[in-house]
Formats: sequence, structure tokens, C-alpha cells
Amino acid sequence: MSIDKDTARRVAHLARIEVAEEALEPLARDLSRILDFMDELSQVDTDGVEPMTSVTPMELKRRDDVITDGNRQDDILKNAPDAREGFFAVPKVVE
Amino acid sequence: MSELSYTEPKPKTIAGAREDWELVIGMEVHAQVKSTAKLFSGASTTFGAEPNTNVALVDAAMPGMLPVINEFCVEQAVRTGLGLKAGINLFSQFDRKNYFYPDLPQGYQISQLYHPIVGEGEVIVDMEPGVARRVRIERIHLEQDAGKSIHDMDPTMSFVDLNRTGVALMEIVSRPDIRGPEEAAEYVRKLRQILRYLDTCDGNMQEGSLRADVNVSVCRPGAYETYRETGDFGHLGTRCEIKNMNSMRFIQQAIDFEARRQIAILEDGGKIDQETRLYDPTRGETRSMRSKEEAHDYRYFPDPDLLPLTIQQSWVDRIRASLPELPDQKKARFVQDYGMTEYDASVLTAETANATFFEQVATGRDGKTAANWVINELFGRLNKEGHGIADSPVSAAQLGTIIDLIARGDISGKIAKDLFEILWTEGGNPAQIVEDRGMKQVTDTGAIEAAVDDVLAANPDKAAQAREKPSMAGWFVGQVMKATGGKANPKAVNEIIRAKLGI
Repeated sequence: MSIDKDTARRVAHLARIEVAEEALEPLARDLSRILDFMDELSQVDTDGVEPMTSVTPMELKRRDDVITDGNRQDDILKNAPDAREGFFAVPKVVE
Repeated sequence: MSELSYTEPKPKTIAGAREDWELVIGMEVHAQVKSTAKLFSGASTTFGAEPNTNVALVDAAMPGMLPVINEFCVEQAVRTGLGLKAGINLFSQFDRKNYFYPDLPQGYQISQLYHPIVGEGEVIVDMEPGVARRVRIERIHLEQDAGKSIHDMDPTMSFVDLNRTGVALMEIVSRPDIRGPEEAAEYVRKLRQILRYLDTCDGNMQEGSLRADVNVSVCRPGAYETYRETGDFGHLGTRCEIKNMNSMRFIQQAIDFEARRQIAILEDGGKIDQETRLYDPTRGETRSMRSKEEAHDYRYFPDPDLLPLTIQQSWVDRIRASLPELPDQKKARFVQDYGMTEYDASVLTAETANATFFEQVATGRDGKTAANWVINELFGRLNKEGHGIADSPVSAAQLGTIIDLIARGDISGKIAKDLFEILWTEGGNPAQIVEDRGMKQVTDTGAIEAAVDDVLAANPDKAAQAREKPSMAGWFVGQVMKATGGKANPKAVNEIIRAKLGI
């Protein structure tokens, strides 16, 4: 599978990563190589093999339904470039 | 019999300019899980708090924060699945749905695309007594809700509140089995009823606890049946998705508008673009959300922060054992045990609290009489005054006593209504009130006979007419009732009048 320059540009945009025009071609090549390697891996016959989701026999950790966090508006907003009246303030986004 | 039998309704047909069309509708309902804390954090889910106070560092997606699942939210999703007679998947997994929006600080929503927790189920959508649509449920998955953006507080800025960010949602996905706008609204109503019975979602549509995305397409009559036989969606029209609706009325209006829009395009020789649309209630029309098109490349992949969710069959069985009686069963039982109509049973089982109240009234009494009093007198009055059953001024015990007093012949039906009025406005012990205020029905035949004699004596010509024309007797009954202040037993009055007139 190969990734062309336009696809690389689109993926970069979707991920909100700025990539300079001249860097797109090499990026597309790198991505293609990764996908080629995946293709190679997928040639291994894995019929009847359970997917391994963890290297240790662990179960998903669970929490009880209790309130253990919150009421820290100042902490939450501290790094916001702009906050007003307890809200994050961002450039207008309206559908 | 655990459920009532029904026949399926005819699909809605819309006459186009040239031919007839049918609607095919599928729904994705987002139901907020009723829980204390969020799906992956320990922040509160309370609605209406100060902005950004119900937010944990996990919800704000601070670097290095990891999600830990709230087991109760999983239990609620399983309970919902069981309530919809669905298969429960003991293995499910969380995936990342990637997109950028200011109220989604992670840059992705944690959802379940490939392995949802709940599989196929059903909802029986009641249209009228004996008529219902079986809508198949395809799946239910758990996911995070997004925050809220407020656009009208500032001319150039949007304000973001993350209190809702990370609250657990169940996305309940139906098959395209809904065949008209009314069915769509009834589907949401029934789903909401079941969720409220299960206590897994509060169903508060104004607060956004229940929102629906509606997929609408149109086809020629017969095409839908071919789809059902073959399972091939190619027989159906291209669909459009109307996003984020939280009112039954708007759902109906939007579907109706959207179907007519599509029919007009097709009859003009055009084709439908599969797209996302928004309903504008003030204009009564749907419009395209083209800006979202590119964002629809969600690049799902398994969330590396979360191991697969494995649950035990024994745990599922325990949840199943704790399920309440659900609306369909309750309704069938009411029809069977109390001999009421399906319509009355629907009214009484609309909410668990109503059904419980009714059963308190009906226990040990005549079910039909109890149903009449609860529906006609109590619910009628509650609706008129905008009360819910929880703040009913008349208790189940009081209403039960009224029915007992009628059954014993202590009061007439008419006096019973006066008594109900007194209980509604003043409260008190019904039996005592009847005693104290002299409302007891006169069953003493001697007293009634005397009253009848008086009325007959005062109206000799009418009495003569009544002897010729027995239907006139009713007039005398009325007069005697008036003379006794409504307290005479009407049946006794009627018998005595007829005996005295010799008719």
C-alpha cells in the first residue's frame, strides 16, 4: 500500500500537525514504508491465534461509581490561553 | 402470556407528484448513563453545576492522565442491553474516534466501534392498542460525551464548559425498521420508557440526557420488503442523517421535511447525496452540514490506554436477576389481572411510579374501578394542574378508601367526586370526612320513600305522564336526588319510583 503526497497532506491536516510542503514527499515515503512492513507482517498465518492485548495477564482496572475528583476550576483553566467567567474562551466555532 | 400480541402497522406512504413513496428510518439514540461519576474519571455527572467544576484532570486531557473505567457504567449498559432483550458481549473493546473540536480536549472520543458491549435486541413500538412495530436493535456501545460550547455569550468567542465531557453515553443503534415520522417519535418514547424503568438513564430530553440522530431515506413501495428478505441495503434509497435532535416533535417534523425534500429531488431526476444535516426548528427545514464532511474521517483505532473489557457471565446473570418488570410485561399483566383495556394499561404503565400508585389503589379492590379513578379523576386532575404523581395531594390510601366507601354503599359516585375534591384541597381521612360532614348515602328505604312520596305529590300531572311513558321516570329520580342533597342511593330511588308508579 502506498501513500501519496496528497494523502500525507490530508492526514497531517486531520491530525493538526503542520508539515512543510517539501517535507510531505519524504513523509509519504516513510508512511508507505511503514504500511509495507505491516503488509509483510500480515502475511503470517494467524488463523486460530487469539489477539494478544497485553504482555502481562492483566484485566482492565475498574473504578467504583464515586466522586473522587472535580471542583478545581482554577487548575483546569490555568493553562488556557483565554478563560472567562469559568469557561474556556476559544475563537468562535459555530455550525 | 407475558406480552400482548400485536400486528404491524402499514408503513407511511407519501404521495409524490408522480408516484407513491415510503420512508425507511433508522435511529442512533445517545442516552446518558445514570451514574454518580463519569465513565473514565471520578468527576461528578451532576447537571447544571458551575462551568468546569465537574472536571477531573483526565476529562481535561492533561498530559499523562489515564482513563480508568467506572464499573457501574458498564453494569448500566449491560442492564440496558438485557432490558432490550439483547445479547451481551463478554468481550468488548474501546476505540478512539479522532476529531478536533474545542469541547473535546482529548482530540478523540473513546467509543466502541469494533467490539460493542451489547449486540442485537429489540424494541416493540406501540402505535395503538393491538398495533405495534418491532424495531430491531443492532448494537449498544459505551462512549464518552463531549463538553458544551456556548456561542451566544460573546460576539467573537465561543465559551467551553467541560462538565459534560466524559459522562458515559450509551449509543443505541437501531436497524432501519422504523417506517414513518410517528413511529420514530414513538420509538424514542418507548425507548425512554424502558430506560426509565431500568433506571439506566433519566430520559430528560431538555437537559440533553437523550438525543437522537435520525437516518432517513425513501423508497418505492415493495423495495423495503425486498431489503428485509435479502438483507441487501442496495434496495433502499440513499440516506441522510439528521443530527442531534432532542424533541419528539422536532424528530417528526424533521423526518417529514427530509422525506419530502428527497422525494422532490428524486422525482426531478436528481440523486440524493449521503450527508449529515441539521434540523432548524424555526424554519422547519433541514440543511446540510458540509463543514463536517472532512471531519468524518475518524481514523478509529483501539485505545492503547485501555485493555479489552471482559466481564463474567455470572455477573451478567446477576444483573438479569435484578431487572424490574418491564413496560410490555407490566401492561400485559394489567390487562390480564385487572381486566382493563390495553389503552388504560398503557396509560397506567407509562411511568413506574404511576403503575405502583395504581397497584396500591387496586390491591384488594375492583381493578377496573381503581383504573377509572386513577386515570380519570386523579391523572386528569394532576395533568390539569401540572403535577406529577410524586406530588399528588391525594394518596393511594385515600383514593382506595373512596373506592371502598362506594363499594360499601356508604357514598354515591357523585358524592365520591365531592369527597375527592375535599381530599385534593384539604386532605384528611376520607371515612371521617364522610361521617363528619353528613355525606353518607341514604340507604334507609323509609327516608327515600318519604322523599319520593313528596315529589310525586307535588307533581301529579308528571306522575300521570310517567305512568304512560316509563322513560319519564328518570326525571323523578333527578328530583328525588336533588331533594336528598345527592345522598340517596340512586338505585334504590329508581326502584322505589318505579314501584310507586307501577311501571
